Amino acid sequence: MKSTLVVFLKEVRENLRDRRTVINTLVTGPLMAPIIFVILINTVITRELDKAEKPLPLPVVGAENAPNLIAALKQQNVEINPGPADAEKAVREQDADVVLRIPPDFEKSWSKGEPAQVEIVFDESQRDAGSAIGRLRGLLDSYAQRTGAMRLLSRGLSPSIIRPLAITDRDQSTAQSRSSGLFAMLPYFFILGGFIGGMALAIDTTAGERERQSLEPLLANPVPRWQILAGKLSATTAFAITTVFLSIISFSLVGQLMPTEKIGMSLEIGVRFVVCTLFVMLPLAALLASLQTLVAAFAKSYREAQTYVSLMMLVPVLPTLILTVLPIKHEFWMYAVPLMGQQVTINRLLRGDFVPVSGLVLSFVCTAVAALILCALTVRIYRSEKLAISA
Amino acid sequence: MIDIKHLHKSFGKVIAVDDVSFQARDGEITGLLGPNGAGKTTTLRCLYTLMKPERGQILVDGIDASADPISVRRRLGVLPDARGLYKRLTARENIAYFGQLHGLDDKTIRARTDAAIVALDMHDFADRRTEGFSQGQRVKTAIARALIHDPNNVILDEPTNGLDVMATRAMREFLKRLRSEGRCVLFSSHIMQEVAALCDRIVVIAKGRVIADESPEALRQQTGETNLEDAFVKLIGTDEGLAA
Repeated sequence: MKSTLVVFLKEVRENLRDRRTVINTLVTGPLMAPIIFVILINTVITRELDKAEKPLPLPVVGAENAPNLIAALKQQNVEINPGPADAEKAVREQDADVVLRIPPDFEKSWSKGEPAQVEIVFDESQRDAGSAIGRLRGLLDSYAQRTGAMRLLSRGLSPSIIRPLAITDRDQSTAQSRSSGLFAMLPYFFILGGFIGGMALAIDTTAGERERQSLEPLLANPVPRWQILAGKLSATTAFAITTVFLSIISFSLVGQLMPTEKIGMSLEIGVRFVVCTLFVMLPLAALLASLQTLVAAFAKSYREAQTYVSLMMLVPVLPTLILTVLPIKHEFWMYAVPLMGQQVTINRLLRGDFVPVSGLVLSFVCTAVAALILCALTVRIYRSEKLAISA
Repeated sequence: MIDIKHLHKSFGKVIAVDDVSFQARDGEITGLLGPNGAGKTTTLRCLYTLMKPERGQILVDGIDASADPISVRRRLGVLPDARGLYKRLTARENIAYFGQLHGLDDKTIRARTDAAIVALDMHDFADRRTEGFSQGQRVKTAIARALIHDPNNVILDEPTNGLDVMATRAMREFLKRLRSEGRCVLFSSHIMQEVAALCDRIVVIAKGRVIADESPEALRQQTGETNLEDAFVKLIGTDEGLAA
């Protein structure tokens, strides 16, 4: 066991001297989750604020043709701006989200009681403009309905004749649930953090060692190969866990600074979150480290290993994608699946949902067992004769 | 003392080592001479238990390599063909790492490293990181690292490969010194002059077989050539793969 420690300490020392590895472990990896979190929260805040009533800036072409309509819009908190010379061009080039155009014969049709035409110029592929278009259309509709009702009244008819349905919206969504799709992505960035933290070592200690031609002399030492590998694996795992730990700490710091309560969201980022997340992420860091080492051991060169290991970053996306695209109901068996268990745990912890202790333990045990199996597989590969011989 | 008996090793259809037997005795330098691809490196790799031979037996100081590879490695100092160093560690740290893997304590490692630095004239670079070392500096570090546990048997695979004249001379002196300390020194080479200048015993290998196992004198007599290089060419029957 002493040899394992010797290998571990040497790998840690050597890699701490590599600036790129240190930056990845201590900076890039840990910042992954918090940065994505800040971006997400900003998106959500912007969207929620859009929903709230605030002046809607509206360029109008031909405002003088319909003074009554313009006055009504102004009353509804619309800020009327002079329209651009070419409305279509302005919208296409995104100078304006939406332009209202009132033709010169508006007044004539209006006073005759015929449908008076107004045009809303917009670009539906501009998703940002969606809320502005919707709001404008709603305002125009209600203005038309009010006017219609008055015209009916003036002819002695009840306006309810043309309103056979009374529709009322009762939206059950909350700011939190509207964002759940976005937040389903967050756990992936914790996992990615751990992935980045272990990557350099997984490659350096295996394919790198082989390419540097130092593996053969190393294996000539009177130490069983599995002990050497155990040292290397624990060094990789240590770096991955450090990254995950820093990632969770920095995330919780950032999380507490973000004004989530302002938009009515209650993200639970406290001691409970940190402890539970760390608990389920520990075996996952070991699992990722063994997986990376295993893949890197197959590679013939450093570069090849880098390609394989980078491609593997896509693996942890899968459960995230599945849970984001197909919102499967939370079920207990999910804790037993490595990656998915962590995904579910972090997601529910964030939303303040209940996570059973048995789920946490199940996730820990299953992921740890998977990690051990991968370690055993890697040891097998290390027993092979071909492995030791450098190109 | 190294005793190799009827060693066989093949890779797929290629037979790399075909019934190789020889002895390397304590207090002697034994040269394993042969053209490129003759099976020298494979023989040595089997010897330091990196590879498992299909048949045959290897005894190092009487210990069977297949039965107790760890003990065999403990008795061997190995400078393999691959002699990569850890570039972010200093020469001294590279040496200490192997010392620790041999289970030596820090005091012993320190004393032996200091001795090796004197013996191999490494003062200028012992405390520098090995990145950017010259070939000679690398080989010296690799040798110091291989001998940190004071092994009785020293195996070197083409030790002078890539060294300049001065470094080669220093290497030869060093090998003689190991011999005078009573160790068993076994090295491989494809360079005639080197073997002639150093060895007490020459084992000539070609196409995976031992074709001569003699002292340099006997080798000349056997082939009837006064020049050892001619003797060598005559033995292996071709000058293919033979570089001076």
